[in-house]
Amino acid sequence: MSAADNIATILSSGARLTIPLAFAACGEYVAQRAGTLNISVEGMMLGAAFGSIAVASATGSATIGLAAGALVGVLVAVLHANLSHRAQINTFVVGLVLNALVLGLTSYLITISSFTGHQVWRVDIPVLRDIPIIGPMLFVQRWPAYLLLIAIPLTWWLVERSRWGLELRAVGENPQAADVSGIRVNHRRRQALLFCGLLAGLGGAYLAVGEVGSFNQNMTAGRGYLVIAAVIFGAWRLGRTMVGCAVFGLADAMRLALPALGVTINSQLLIAAPYLLALLAMLVFATQHREPRALAKPFQRGTT
Amino acid sequence: MATLTGPDPAGRRLLARLTPGPGGWQVTAATVVTVAVALGLSALLIAVTGGSPSASVQALYQGSMASPRAWSNSLLYVAPLLLVAVGACVSARSGFFNIGQEGQVLIGALAGAWVGLRLALPGPLLLVVVLLAALLAAGGWAGLSALMYRFRGVNVVVSTLLMTFLAQQLVAFAVNTPWLLQESRLGTGVVSPQSNPLPENARLASLGEYPNLQVNGGLILAVLIAVAISLAMTRTRWGFRLKMLGLNPVTAQHAGVRVGALGGMALAISGAFAGLAGALLLTSPIGSHRLQPGMSLNLGWDGLLVALVARNNPLLAIPVAVLFGVLRAGASFLAATGVPSFLVDVVKALLVLAFVAPPAVIALLRRRRAGGEPAGTPPPTGGLPTPTPSTGEPAAAGTEVPAIDVPEASGSDKTGSDKTGNGSTGSEKTTMEGRPA
Repeated sequence: MSAADNIATILSSGARLTIPLAFAACGEYVAQRAGTLNISVEGMMLGAAFGSIAVASATGSATIGLAAGALVGVLVAVLHANLSHRAQINTFVVGLVLNALVLGLTSYLITISSFTGHQVWRVDIPVLRDIPIIGPMLFVQRWPAYLLLIAIPLTWWLVERSRWGLELRAVGENPQAADVSGIRVNHRRRQALLFCGLLAGLGGAYLAVGEVGSFNQNMTAGRGYLVIAAVIFGAWRLGRTMVGCAVFGLADAMRLALPALGVTINSQLLIAAPYLLALLAMLVFATQHREPRALAKPFQRGTT
Repeated sequence: MATLTGPDPAGRRLLARLTPGPGGWQVTAATVVTVAVALGLSALLIAVTGGSPSASVQALYQGSMASPRAWSNSLLYVAPLLLVAVGACVSARSGFFNIGQEGQVLIGALAGAWVGLRLALPGPLLLVVVLLAALLAAGGWAGLSALMYRFRGVNVVVSTLLMTFLAQQLVAFAVNTPWLLQESRLGTGVVSPQSNPLPENARLASLGEYPNLQVNGGLILAVLIAVAISLAMTRTRWGFRLKMLGLNPVTAQHAGVRVGALGGMALAISGAFAGLAGALLLTSPIGSHRLQPGMSLNLGWDGLLVALVARNNPLLAIPVAVLFGVLRAGASFLAATGVPSFLVDVVKALLVLAFVAPPAVIALLRRRRAGGEPAGTPPPTGGLPTPTPSTGEPAAAGTEVPAIDVPEASGSDKTGSDKTGNGSTGSEKTTMEGRPA
């Protein structure tokens, strides 16, 4: 294999590892802009991955499985939204418990059931895929990957250009002021969480019925936390968040590919790199007030 | 609590804050119902998936409580669970909510293994040094989060969470690196990613012979610490300040509490206890007395759940930790009945929901009944005033307050109310939200 082939392989595997992160990061980005530091994104992805395979196995259609996975993500989000933005239970507590619940439930169910593998079909564009280096990365992917081309601009437009997004950002920056001006703060936050659940669900489902074609216990293995790290690393800007996802995906691809190519690397450092980068980003951005000012602060009228 | 009366209306409002939670008996009754629902759902899950709920309960009992041997197994897990939970209680009370215990457990084990394998100290001195090293290392690890918050305003929950993954990789690195802690090669044998076993004199002794009831020294240590912390939290000035800090950081600051220092200390203490739990995993017969990447056994996450169920009360954490230890030990017997041991994880998560939800939902219903305007009735959970942290220069950092909330602000102990001579200052709700930073 030539060097160009190696690079193309790593890039294309990096892209495959990035896509689930990118879906979920779009959702997490919206949730965080509305002020919810949503750590149940891990549970949303894991539940969706399981749901997609279970439904795909039952119906025989990977596409229906994908949709079902997204719905499971929304289901987890509904639970989170109502517990944390209606009953006012601390959002981290809710997230931890939901993650534990989904992990336990999916591990339990996968142990006693056997599913047939299903995978959505692959897009393979004849001429473009032969472009050296970037061809396989861009033009040979499972078809839902191309939903990202809709999801990312849609997320950007929703948050930055729509009235809903304006109110969403107001809720994330200054919920008191938003409340006074007639925005239903917790309502908006719940909606943002549902959007997050939908996209995190798509990401998790893509991981299962898109990339792997099956489900195994604790399949996401902390990818949800990686998504949180990506949003922080991206300083709460959508574009940079996506760059963060790409960097993290590429680091993962290099960890998997480089030893086979005879390059010795410190795999622990590569695994830890995303979290380290996110921490460093927070340290750097701290003085620049990049984060939504009401991030992770519950809102209840009349209690400041 | 209807029984509380303050010196004046303002004082009474403060008392209401210090003992949050609407009508005790309603919460208790609702909790009984939700726990029943949680257990019912678990049984339903077993039944629907073709298992037998009664056989599962039987297996859980057999594995955890049926014989002295089973109890010995259960109690082994109780000690680390309890230590993690006590630490979590301290940090949650202070409002500096630490969720990185899983990593802190590993850091404690890492430091303990390093010291235990590198220092040749005589007799039980080595054990003491191992435990102290774990305490200090994990305390310092959690203290890093406090520093990041104090000087750069980094959210404590996020930094402790992210550092968990760093800790995991740090341990993986240590046991994969020959000049660090990887086991030494014996002959031509394969070297595993684990450390050498700790020397005999660095292991915790147990009381009792194994086939009969055996109580490891770690459990005694953990219970003593739980009692001590409970006393410190309810009977000392430090404990009162901690509570005040968690309930209203701004008020606490006006009352002379050094927010960064006290909160940082709470965080370091919670990390230190998690680290001690890690050292117990290393020195008690749970594992193989070796440092291994997966040795934390999710006890860090579970300990956090214990604290949530115990509503941040270290004394209540003792029975809850026993319950979780029992579930953990019983899980190994479940598989024989055809029910996956993961069932226990579902039960644990549902139990936590059953304990966390009732106070919040009852408070929600009360707010609804009051017409949606909760003026004067403080939120029982999660709704603490959290002013915007000024994330700027260290010079301005003295005004910083935690950007996070306690899940359950307080237990049901009323000792705080005995010390509210300065109550009127505390009742003023300081509005700082939306202040230009």
